[in-house]
Amino acid sequence: MRAAVNGVGGYLVGFASLFLIWHMASTWLLSSVLFPTPWKVFLKAIELAQDGTLWEQASASLGRIASGFAGGSLIGIPVGLAIGSFRPVRRLLEPYTEFLRFIPATALITVAVIWFGIGEGSKIFLIIYTTVFIVIINTAAGVSAVAPNKIRAARSLGAGPGQIFFFVALPATVPYILTGMRLAMANSFVTIVAAELVAANNGLGRMIWDSRMYMLVDQIFVALLVLGLLGFTADRLFRWGIYTFAGRFSPVT
Amino acid sequence: MSLVELTQVSKVYRSLTGGDYVAVRDFSLDIRTGEFFCLLGTSGCGKTTVLNMVAGFEAVSSGNLRLGGKPIAGPAADRGVVFQGDDSLYGWLSAQGNVEFGLRMRGIARREREEKARHYLELVGLKGQEHKHPSELSGGMKQRIQIARVLANEPQMLLMDEPFAALDAHTRADMQRELKRICAATGKTVLFITHDIDEAIILADRIGVMHAGPASKLKGIVPVTLSDTERERTHDRFVEVYRQVHEMIRDEVAISLQRAH
Ligand SMILES: Nc1ncnc2c1ncn2[C@@H]1O[C@H](COP(=O)(O)OP(=O)(O)OP(=O)(O)O)[C@@H](O)[C@H]1O
Ligand SMILES: [Mg+2]
Repeated sequence: MRAAVNGVGGYLVGFASLFLIWHMASTWLLSSVLFPTPWKVFLKAIELAQDGTLWEQASASLGRIASGFAGGSLIGIPVGLAIGSFRPVRRLLEPYTEFLRFIPATALITVAVIWFGIGEGSKIFLIIYTTVFIVIINTAAGVSAVAPNKIRAARSLGAGPGQIFFFVALPATVPYILTGMRLAMANSFVTIVAAELVAANNGLGRMIWDSRMYMLVDQIFVALLVLGLLGFTADRLFRWGIYTFAGRFSPVT
Repeated sequence: MSLVELTQVSKVYRSLTGGDYVAVRDFSLDIRTGEFFCLLGTSGCGKTTVLNMVAGFEAVSSGNLRLGGKPIAGPAADRGVVFQGDDSLYGWLSAQGNVEFGLRMRGIARREREEKARHYLELVGLKGQEHKHPSELSGGMKQRIQIARVLANEPQMLLMDEPFAALDAHTRADMQRELKRICAATGKTVLFITHDIDEAIILADRIGVMHAGPASKLKGIVPVTLSDTERERTHDRFVEVYRQVHEMIRDEVAISLQRAH
């Protein structure tokens, strides 16, 4: 309980100082319409929230992140487990993972739009792409990090290879899987904005792009602020969910 | 009759950086069915290496290793292992879940395995801690979960690698007594590694002392033919055996320290 209060208190102080520095910088350091104060941005945010634009754009981005992130994890976890568990699978798939993970999703935006069009397809493809390799690599690393004595103990307690996979290797790997998913979530936020900047009809990235055309600097800052808040909240929710429903499997950080 | 026969067994660890390490060379030992055999030796002399080969975790590099007359193909439920250190416990399972693990893997019905696990947890003094996870338990408690986990699986042979090292003197004495009782009652064969000469004399039918490594082998075997009443630290016959074992091991400690320099 005390730790929780300390934690929340720490955050409040941290965020307060962030806004304070922002305020001071925009008031004295770089006083210009191009760098609005937090208060102006806040007022703009309320305005955009009231006329519904903010919700529309934010939910468009979040929806893409959610479905791409879920899809990427669903593909990445079994593939990572297979790579970590079976040497031939590793040999077979590592060229793909080791090659593709160095091609960032942002570099594939154009290709994605050509293949899947400007609609949801291309965005979800990009989020899946950005999620899947991080999850694969972390999951595979988790499998190889299982303490050999855990496997040995299981074998001398009478477990067969299948049982060892499901009852030892898999649960021992869960923290790594969750860590991979957390990192992937952060990447998804980066990727979605880039994708929407380049090609989308809505979303926070698109909102930034449109605002730029009309020099609506306040609006750009609202989008930035919302992105930061959404990312932060998503990450906290993810962690909270893990601690609540799978406390034994806390991610490795 | 011997249960385990090691004949001229050598173990070479291949290292990636070149320079292979010969842990044991021409190691010979027969462990008789139903006996309690204690293996003593300086740190790093190869005790765990021997145990790992009997457990089936490590293949012998040369020589012959037989269990009940047959070569050992790998680990199996007939040989329960208590590991040195606690990284073999399953952090996502409770104490109860850890102790039930082997029974669950072997398809024992829930009711029976719950009962057995509770029984052995109580036996190692962890009654009331069944629901706790390893991260919530002390080093000594974790060690006792390992012991309960192995006993609950009721193997024919116990391979124990310094199982009581993390326990306080009092708990250790209790556990020694219980282990002895169980092994006598169920006729288990035990290979027990320890650094503690007293412990070896209290428990063992025979004590084997190893040379310092590398390329270690048995230096000698001291039979312990003491009655239960004589297995008291103050008893003359106890002291006599102690001297005998101590003398054998003393020189090896000196050698092993010299080699380290
Ligand atoms: N997997 C391994 N690879 C390479 N060398 C190893 C390996 N396991 C053990 N050794 C080496 O073999 C020697 C014997 O190790 P072992 O663990 O059997 O010693 P021990 O007698 O159990 O020591 P302790 O009493 O400290 O537990 C040591 O020098 C060790 O460095
Ligand atoms: Mg050892």
